Amino acid sequence: MLLIHCPYCDETLPEAEFTYAGEAHIVRPLDPSAQTDEQWETFMFIRRNPKGPHYERWRHLHGCARYFNAVRDTVTDKFLTTYKAGEPRPDLESLK
Amino acid sequence: MTRVPGKGRVDLSQPVEFTFDGKTFRGGKGDTVASALLANGVHLMGRSFKYHRPRGPVAAGSEEPNALIGTRRGPGRYEPNTRATVQEIWQGLQTNSQNKYPSLKFDIGAVNDAAYMMFSAGFYYKTFMWPKNFWHKVYEPFIRAAAGLGVSPTEEDPDTYASRNLHCDVLIVGAGPAGIAAAKAAAGQRVVLVDENAEAGGTLLSEPQAVIDGVPAWDWLASELAALKAAGVKVMTRTTAIAYYHQNMVGLCERLTDHLPTLPADTPRERLWRVRAKQVILAQGALEKPLVFNGNDRPGVMLAGSAQTYLNRYGVLVGKMPVVVTSHDSAWYAAFDLQKAGAKVQAIVDLRGTVRDDLLAEAKLLGIPVKLSHTVTATSGRLRIRSVRVNPTSPGKVGARVEIACDALLMSGGWTPSLHLFSHTQGKLTWDAGRTTFLPAATPEDCVIVGASAGAWGIEAALRAGAAAFGGTAPTVEHDRTGSGVSQVELPTDLNAGRAKAFVDYQNDVTAKDLRLAVREGMSSIEHVKRYTTNGMATDQGKLSNINGLNIAADALNRRQPEVGLTTFRPPYTPTSFGAFAGYHRGTHFEVTRKTQIDSWAAENGAVFEPVGQWRRAWYFPKTGETMDAAVLRECRSVRAGVGIFDASTLGKIEVVGPDATEFMNRMYTNPWAGLKPGRCRYGLLLGEDGYIRDDGVIGRMSQDRFHVTTTTGGAARVLNMMEDYLQTEWPDLNVWLTSVTEQWSTIALNGPHAAKLLAPLVEGVDLTDEAFPHMSCVECTVAGMPARLFRVSFTGEIGFEVNVPAPMGRALWEVLWKAGQQYGITAYGTETMHVLRAEKGYIIVGQDTDGTVTPHDAGMSWAIGAKKPDFVGKRGMARPDLVAKGRKQLVGLLTEDRSRLEEGAQIVFDPDQPIPMKMVGHVTSSYLSDAVGQPIALALVEGGHDRMGQTVHIPMPDRTIAAKITGAVFVDPENARLKL
Amino acid sequence: MSRFSALSLLKHSLSGHKNWSKQWPDSQPKAEYDVIIVGAGGHGLGAAYYLSSQHGITNVAVIDKGWLGGGNTGRNTTIIRSNYLYDESARLFDHSVDLWENLSQELNYNVMYSRRGCLMLAHTVHDVQSFKRHIHSNRLNGVDNRWLTTEECKEFVPCLNTSRDARYPVMGGALQERAGTARHDAVAWGYARGAAARGVDIIQNCAVTAIRRNPDGSVAGVETSKGFIKARKVGVSAAGHTSVVMQTAGVNLPLESYPLQALVSEPVKPIFPCVVMSNAVHAYISQSDKGELVIGSGTDQYTSYSQRGGLPLIEHTIAAITEVFPIFNRMRMLRKWGGIVDVTPDRSAIISKTPVGGLYVNCGWGTGGFKATPGAAHTFAWTIAKDEPHPINAPFTMERFRTGRLIDEAAAAAVAH
Repeated sequence: MLLIHCPYCDETLPEAEFTYAGEAHIVRPLDPSAQTDEQWETFMFIRRNPKGPHYERWRHLHGCARYFNAVRDTVTDKFLTTYKAGEPRPDLESLK
Repeated sequence: MTRVPGKGRVDLSQPVEFTFDGKTFRGGKGDTVASALLANGVHLMGRSFKYHRPRGPVAAGSEEPNALIGTRRGPGRYEPNTRATVQEIWQGLQTNSQNKYPSLKFDIGAVNDAAYMMFSAGFYYKTFMWPKNFWHKVYEPFIRAAAGLGVSPTEEDPDTYASRNLHCDVLIVGAGPAGIAAAKAAAGQRVVLVDENAEAGGTLLSEPQAVIDGVPAWDWLASELAALKAAGVKVMTRTTAIAYYHQNMVGLCERLTDHLPTLPADTPRERLWRVRAKQVILAQGALEKPLVFNGNDRPGVMLAGSAQTYLNRYGVLVGKMPVVVTSHDSAWYAAFDLQKAGAKVQAIVDLRGTVRDDLLAEAKLLGIPVKLSHTVTATSGRLRIRSVRVNPTSPGKVGARVEIACDALLMSGGWTPSLHLFSHTQGKLTWDAGRTTFLPAATPEDCVIVGASAGAWGIEAALRAGAAAFGGTAPTVEHDRTGSGVSQVELPTDLNAGRAKAFVDYQNDVTAKDLRLAVREGMSSIEHVKRYTTNGMATDQGKLSNINGLNIAADALNRRQPEVGLTTFRPPYTPTSFGAFAGYHRGTHFEVTRKTQIDSWAAENGAVFEPVGQWRRAWYFPKTGETMDAAVLRECRSVRAGVGIFDASTLGKIEVVGPDATEFMNRMYTNPWAGLKPGRCRYGLLLGEDGYIRDDGVIGRMSQDRFHVTTTTGGAARVLNMMEDYLQTEWPDLNVWLTSVTEQWSTIALNGPHAAKLLAPLVEGVDLTDEAFPHMSCVECTVAGMPARLFRVSFTGEIGFEVNVPAPMGRALWEVLWKAGQQYGITAYGTETMHVLRAEKGYIIVGQDTDGTVTPHDAGMSWAIGAKKPDFVGKRGMARPDLVAKGRKQLVGLLTEDRSRLEEGAQIVFDPDQPIPMKMVGHVTSSYLSDAVGQPIALALVEGGHDRMGQTVHIPMPDRTIAAKITGAVFVDPENARLKL
Repeated sequence: MSRFSALSLLKHSLSGHKNWSKQWPDSQPKAEYDVIIVGAGGHGLGAAYYLSSQHGITNVAVIDKGWLGGGNTGRNTTIIRSNYLYDESARLFDHSVDLWENLSQELNYNVMYSRRGCLMLAHTVHDVQSFKRHIHSNRLNGVDNRWLTTEECKEFVPCLNTSRDARYPVMGGALQERAGTARHDAVAWGYARGAAARGVDIIQNCAVTAIRRNPDGSVAGVETSKGFIKARKVGVSAAGHTSVVMQTAGVNLPLESYPLQALVSEPVKPIFPCVVMSNAVHAYISQSDKGELVIGSGTDQYTSYSQRGGLPLIEHTIAAITEVFPIFNRMRMLRKWGGIVDVTPDRSAIISKTPVGGLYVNCGWGTGGFKATPGAAHTFAWTIAKDEPHPINAPFTMERFRTGRLIDEAAAAAVAH
């Protein structure tokens, strides 16, 4: 069971309070109807699935209920950082 | 008796009687089954897996592979494969040997032993293939019956199990000298010290000769443990650290009752602890390696360190005339201890040519014959070792044998650090070629590994390493026993090694020649060798066999061990009861059962329930002797002719509030919301971004900025999660608040021609007329004196109201309505009737008539789509090529030509005469007997169904094919005339 | 390759088993191959076997970063069944079962395909509807699957808890009698031996770091830890690691990799005659020929390559098993382990050509890839050899995620209402 730092509550808490919500920084197009089928496929389904640092979303469901972003190494499962939704994607170099 | 007076920690003044295979034996308080049987001269305790060879205990702890027994405490309390070396005895304990027929001493299965050359590694991959159907009918049943050790329990377990969370600064695994020293040095922090044994102390329990800080070891141990407890250290014995999880979470299994003669009331058998520690100290010690030689498995052949433990801890002499064979110094001490306790050690046979002078001197002093540069090449004795065949060795040569009579053979191939939990952390290991062992290197967890598990031998070294973990200093130790050794593969022999029964994995009967055969056949990784031979896969999980297996495989491959690999240690450290993992989650507590406020009324009034998601819902209300079909038909008839009352409280309810609530609803749901006036309701359809129907429900606009959204029973949490996701991350600019109010409201539906008449007298603040409160209206008002949200909606096609009152008032309102309804013949109905009535009206159930591949157009609900809206969730997905293609499956009604009832899930074809595989064009989603229609009705998804009205389709069943006519999905009152007062 | 038989076993046992030959050589890479398969699991080795045995393509290498059969092939709960809902899935999995039935004889290697039946338990009205839909669809597709009442379920699996008062009472079940289990390692070894005998090189402990493409965009070969190896065609069959490998060729896939856990109990004498699955309580179980109860757990919620997995999932899985089979409460867990499974949005596999000429992919098997091993390998080999899909795998394209023509078995199981 992972320990996760909620950037809104500013507390590190067990995974049981959180739900995973997939890759982060995938923005829903403002005008979906203008998207081609390929673009829509990419938005809906194509994921980076990296072996290493992964930008991803979590929700502090049994706490503040907020969605936030995290960088987690998928090889070690260690969190490099968590940050509030809407904040820019942190530079991986700065996390080392 | 082989008990040595004055030796050991067993309290013989408290005698304990237990049975083994029906015979009564006596031991003392503190004995294990193994120590007590050994004290009675019994070595034979089991039979091996494949060859059914007679076996006795080879070890004294949880690593034991041979002495596995069944243990019983009356009805329901039986468990197979218990390690006799771990199970403490208590008055009345019943035990039995396993894997034998008819008896442990005479076992027919031992014929396998005679044919052992046939049963080489992987033999079953090479045969049993002819004739083909014999595998299923003959070979496999035979193999299955032969495999397995004990027998499964067959009764329900009457015991309870518990679990707890624990947070601490330091968790120390292993209460031997290293662990105790670490606990002491960590003073001031919240420390938890756990040990799998019945007593803390580890090595100290087997080495009473040591003197620590001038105090005898056992006295030192007692005072240190008392001091630790006084300092607030939580010391937990009979507690195994089973697994090491992410971020220093360690799972512990504490065994609370398996050692007690009578079960205390209200005490769980075991408790699973989830410990989250800031730091973990691993001090699990080391395991002794067996030596690999022909006949190394006879009862009486035992690890030297274990023999020492039996003597010093349990006061049991495992043999009166033992022989010791070793390649490590430590076994010499075992020989000395046994000799001093009255045994006549026949010889110390050491593979090495030179041995420390002090050991030689002590052996001489004690009068023990020593044979350096000697090997063991065979043993004799069927149910107990009788003699050992010893030969001198010189480089490349093995000399003439001598037979030495004995009643025990104590062996040591050196020691292997216990790296199990360290491995669970994905810790990296390094190979120490000098000591022929892996040692711990880096780990991603905040964890320190100390003492023998880090390769430090001896009590003083362990104390020093433990203390150093927290900057402490260690006491001095006199009479410490350290040593070194030389690792071996198979011992040199003058006999044909290809026929030797030199066991590496005792329980699974894997021999050295099996390992070499695997290599010969191309198995080049240790994982292949392990899987091909099953080495290390027995219930000890390779604790004794992995390292010998690796050394032999590496030797056969002529490669260094790290290149051959290390089989990963998997949790748990020792086998752990299912009950401990299941914990409280048994029976009704397996999963929470959500019940509405009205559930109790339903139970009192004879409802049959069905589980729906986590909820239990009243399914139907049979009268005495009534079948389900009859009850449902009666309920349906009553609703359409009079009035029915239904508990709709499980419907999900979400309040959407804020200045931008309308815009939010517009973006989430397919329907347009801007035109909906406060006080009015609309059916809402929610899609996924893929364009498929996800949920639906009636949505009431309570005021300009407030929507009362209802969802399906199972979908409530999912819908709220989806709404929150969009609101928080895609549209944070919208000023909207979402609140789950499912459990805030009890919801009671009244449906039927008399519904308004029944309800009107109880309602304050609104006239229940078509003009003042037409169909699809909502209002906040008072019902029977209770604050209410009243909806005029219908899921049945009859005049309908849904009354929401604060949840705790639900049953009170129900009873008021029930009473008031008596004059109208009010009938309580359940989910089945609700399903029938809605199907007669063609209303869908999401998840039954749709399955995650159905668009609104497929479901005939294009009318629910706000065509003018630029966007909503699912709009783009719905425009993908396959979703607008011709020939999609569409929701229609079906009426069978023979007026029979179709089976839900039945498949539909156009051409009933085609051969299998048939081209299927849809399936029946809902099917019911219908009182209103006068014949059974069905809903179905059919390819191009909307354009096939009136056509006949066919439903091929196993016994016959049923023809059915495609109709519209609305069977009753298509004009909705019945919705008007 | 020397043939295995009872006679050869007897002959070798008389000579002390000293004369057995290697089942496959541990090959070093050549400079160039007609086909390189990335990933030496059952699917990859099987593809090489069928390329060599059915398409006459023998200049083939199977490359793996570890030892052969060391990925999901050697870590799964070995369940084989074909009672899938959709025509596409039923055909693919039933094709597999057809191949399973003769695989031991075909490979001259006993893979112990044990046709012991798979019973899927229905615990809710919704389960009943869903399973009957499967049964009817299977029947008309020629796939065996039949309904058992609660009493018949109990008769088939006597240790089943059929109490009406259970939290999730058993309302019946769907039984596929042709379903069963097989010895997972033997599948990889049997294919490896068969492929090697036909000239295929099996290259272990050689990591493929990138797929290299020609200037015209087509595949050129693979970069590995043992250097560049040229290939006319490359087939990727690397389970959880597929998306990382494919990205090096510029192909992005709709895949996510999750940790999946499984466990076994201590061995006991035969007590459990078949495979039982329960979707409602999330558990599946069988008993191995060795006597261990083999129990499948679920995936953790987050993507990961760590193979660690959490404790809560195990607690839930065992609670589910003891809920359905209370007599196992005092049995002990012997070992648990994790694998990495690659999951597609519709939970169905991809066996497909790719936009890169000469590059093919077989992935997305999620938690169910073992059962498909022979069928997937067979059709994947066909796709590579002919540069066009076999009719059976034609629907399992990459394009379906663009067009929406999904094969959504998970959605079809639907959700409670």
